[in-house]
Formats: sequence, C-alpha cells, structure tokens
Amino acid sequence: MSVPLNILFWVVVIPGTVILGLVACWIVRKVSALVQWRVGPPLCQPLYDIMKLMGKEILVPQDAQRTVFMAAPLVGLAGVLLLSMMLWRITVAQTAFIGDIIVAIYLMVLPSLALILGSSASGSPHAAIGTSREMKLVMGYELSLVLAFIVVIIKTGGQLDLATIAQQAPALSISGMLAFLVALLCVQAKLGFVPFDIAEAETEVAGGVLIEYSGALLAVWKVMHAVMLVALPLFLVTVFLGGFGTTGWSLVWGIGKYVLIVVLLILIKNTNPRVRIDQAMKFFWFYCGIALVAAIILATIGSYYGIGWL
Amino acid sequence: MSWKIWSLKKSPWVFHVNAGACNNCDIEIVNLLTPKFDVERLGIKLVGSPRHADALLVTGVGTRQAVPRLKEVYRQTAKPCVVFLVGACSCGTGIFHEGYHVEGPVDKIIREEDPNAIIAYVPGCPPKPEAMISGIVKALSAL
Ligand code: SF4
Repeated sequence: MSVPLNILFWVVVIPGTVILGLVACWIVRKVSALVQWRVGPPLCQPLYDIMKLMGKEILVPQDAQRTVFMAAPLVGLAGVLLLSMMLWRITVAQTAFIGDIIVAIYLMVLPSLALILGSSASGSPHAAIGTSREMKLVMGYELSLVLAFIVVIIKTGGQLDLATIAQQAPALSISGMLAFLVALLCVQAKLGFVPFDIAEAETEVAGGVLIEYSGALLAVWKVMHAVMLVALPLFLVTVFLGGFGTTGWSLVWGIGKYVLIVVLLILIKNTNPRVRIDQAMKFFWFYCGIALVAAIILATIGSYYGIGWL
Repeated sequence: MSWKIWSLKKSPWVFHVNAGACNNCDIEIVNLLTPKFDVERLGIKLVGSPRHADALLVTGVGTRQAVPRLKEVYRQTAKPCVVFLVGACSCGTGIFHEGYHVEGPVDKIIREEDPNAIIAYVPGCPPKPEAMISGIVKALSAL
C-alpha cells in the first residue's frame, strides 16, 4: 500500500469498524426476524437507535458512584476498539508482535469488566443481580476460552503471534475443531446472546447490568456491543480458520468465514432458551472442560508424532 | 424538525406499565410483537427498563396502589418521552368509573407530575393492535 493510502486507511478504520458493527447488528436483528417469520427492521435501524439515544437525557441515579458510572462505558468501548485495531493491523498491515494473542485475550475481558464496574457503580439492586451473574459467567467461560487458545498454540507449534497463527487453520483437525466449537460458545456468552444472556435477562432483571443507563451512555454501550460483533468473530476467524487476506479471493473467502460465524451465532441465539447461571457454569466448566482436555491431549499427541489431523 | 425528534420517531422504544389493568390490554400489547404485526419493522422495541424507554404504554385505571409507582416510573423515564394511554380504562376510567380503588384518570396523574407531558390516547376495551399502531404513528407524526 502506498503511504497516503495507508494513512487514509488508518484514519477511517475506527469509524469504519463502528459502521461495520452497526451493519452486523442489523444482520443479527434481520436474520432473527427472518427465523421468526417476520419482516424485521430496516438497514439503518441500529444507526437510528444510536442517534436517538445520543439526543436523550442522561439520568444518573442518586446512589450511583458518578465517575465510575460515567467512565465504565468508555473503558469498555476503548477496549474493543483496541482489539479490532490489532486485528486490522494483522490482516491489513501484516505486522504483529510476539505474544499479541495474550494481549488480545486480556482486551477481550475488558468489555465484561467495564460492564461489571459500571453496573455495580449504579447502586441498583437489579443491576447488582446482573453484576453477580455477569461475574460468574466471565469466570465460567474465560477458562474454556483460554484453554481453547492453548489448543491452537499447541497445534501451531508454540506460536504466540497472531500473524503467524493466521497463516494456518487449526480448525481443520479434530482437536482444533473441538476447540473452535467451544470458543464459539464462549463468544456467544461474551456477546450476551440468548442462551447466555443471563446478566441482561430482560424478563427477570429488566435489563440487568444496563438497567440504570440511559441516553448517550447507553448509546456507548450499544456501540461497544456493535464493535464486539465485528471484533470477536474476526478474532475467531484469525485464530481458528486461517484469517483473511485483503486481495481477491482471499478477501471474499475471509468475508465468507466471518458471515458463517455470525450466522452460526445467530442460529444458536434463536433456537435456544436462556439457561440459569448454575447451568451455564456447569456447562462451561464441566462439559466444555472435558472436551478441551481431550482436545489438548489429542493436540499434544498430534504435534509430538507429527500427525496433522489429530 | 431537529435530528433528535426525527430519530426519536424512527426508533421509539416502549416500556409497558400496568397501572391496574384487567390484563386484557396487556395481552393485546404483547400481540403487537408477534410476527403478524411485527412492530420491529417500524423500529419499535419493547424494553425492560424505563430508563431506556421513549414511550410509556400505560394500561389500567391508576389504582391507589399503582399511582405512586406510575409517577416514579414517569420520573425515571429519560426525556423527551411520550405517554400512550392504552384502553378505555386509562383514557377515562372505563368500566371502573367511581370505583373505590380508583385514583385516576391516568392523564390527570401524569399531568400532576409534569404539566407539559405529551399524552396520546388509544381508546378501546381492549383496543385492537391495529388501533395501537395507528395511534403510535399519529402521535409521532404530531411531534
Ligand atoms: S380497557 Fe378494557 S381491556 Fe383494557 S384494562 Fe380496561 S377493562 Fe381491561
């Protein structure tokens, strides 16, 4: 890429990511609507929602810890934007540093952490229930997610930088496939999609963690969620499915992989009822744990004897 | 028209308040979200917290027990917001007129809280979902 083009790219990449995220939000709502035999919202609906929220009054509860309450959404948004920037850097500029997969894992926890901070600062009992559920959920899936990435690291022969991992596709083996499926479910929980939307459960805790947020602050949460819809599937594509390029067929193929993951997430979302928090913990620690231990053993045997498909 | 009002019309999120209804109006409201009427295509979404809402759908007469809660919910709603009175009960007091438990009509209660509240009436016992959609559209185009 020539220098001016390069600069232009890095200028538009953040607004571009946000716009992509809003489009992904629309895809989620539209496909859900189609599954339920409805028409669904128009393309610009997420944008209208954000605009409207920006124009509304911000209410801060009397008992809230003001600074934390106001800062938490911004922290979460900054975290996911940074994560998506890292992924764009790897796909577009092909530059990476050793150990960036670990940085990415940390950045992926930041939105949930911000959510926990913000909702516990709001001083509402509903938000407190939501917070405790979110905390337990984070502890549940985080272990599985890290184990799934360890499988990838073993499969790729101890690589710790994403650009090298993105050259290979670990999901094309038994252990890699197991790890990919578990990671997909973890991303489902990270996004707060239906079987794991325990922390936001609108019918029981009335929005849970987000209950006290209104106006522009709620808009920031919505934008954060939209960017997560871009960044997390993209991260899965990079780690498990061999990343995607910027030219010709590799770009089309990459977009295909991204859409595949998003549609899988939406289908899981629309065909499952919400689970209880103890069921979710049991699922992640027990069932996913066993699957991942098996995957790690298979991957170790595979890499020791040089069998690619294990 | 400012962009605030324009975008509010494009995505009114509603919160449902039962101020002592017989539950029939509430069932009709839930009907709105079914595939047959699908209000999401107009951007309307049912939300779980009044802080997220742009419109309150109030059903019922406003009983003595419900009135303080109704006022609290109105105070908690982020302004600008619209109040929809759904059903004969909340528009007047309907079949519960002069009942021992009635403190409403609801519009009077909301006006006590905020004299400049924007209130729209959707009569019927219960109103049809079509009537509610038409009421919402009319009220929003009058903004
Ligand atoms: S208007 Fe009719 S249906 Fe609605 S709450 Fe009153 S009595 Fe029930």
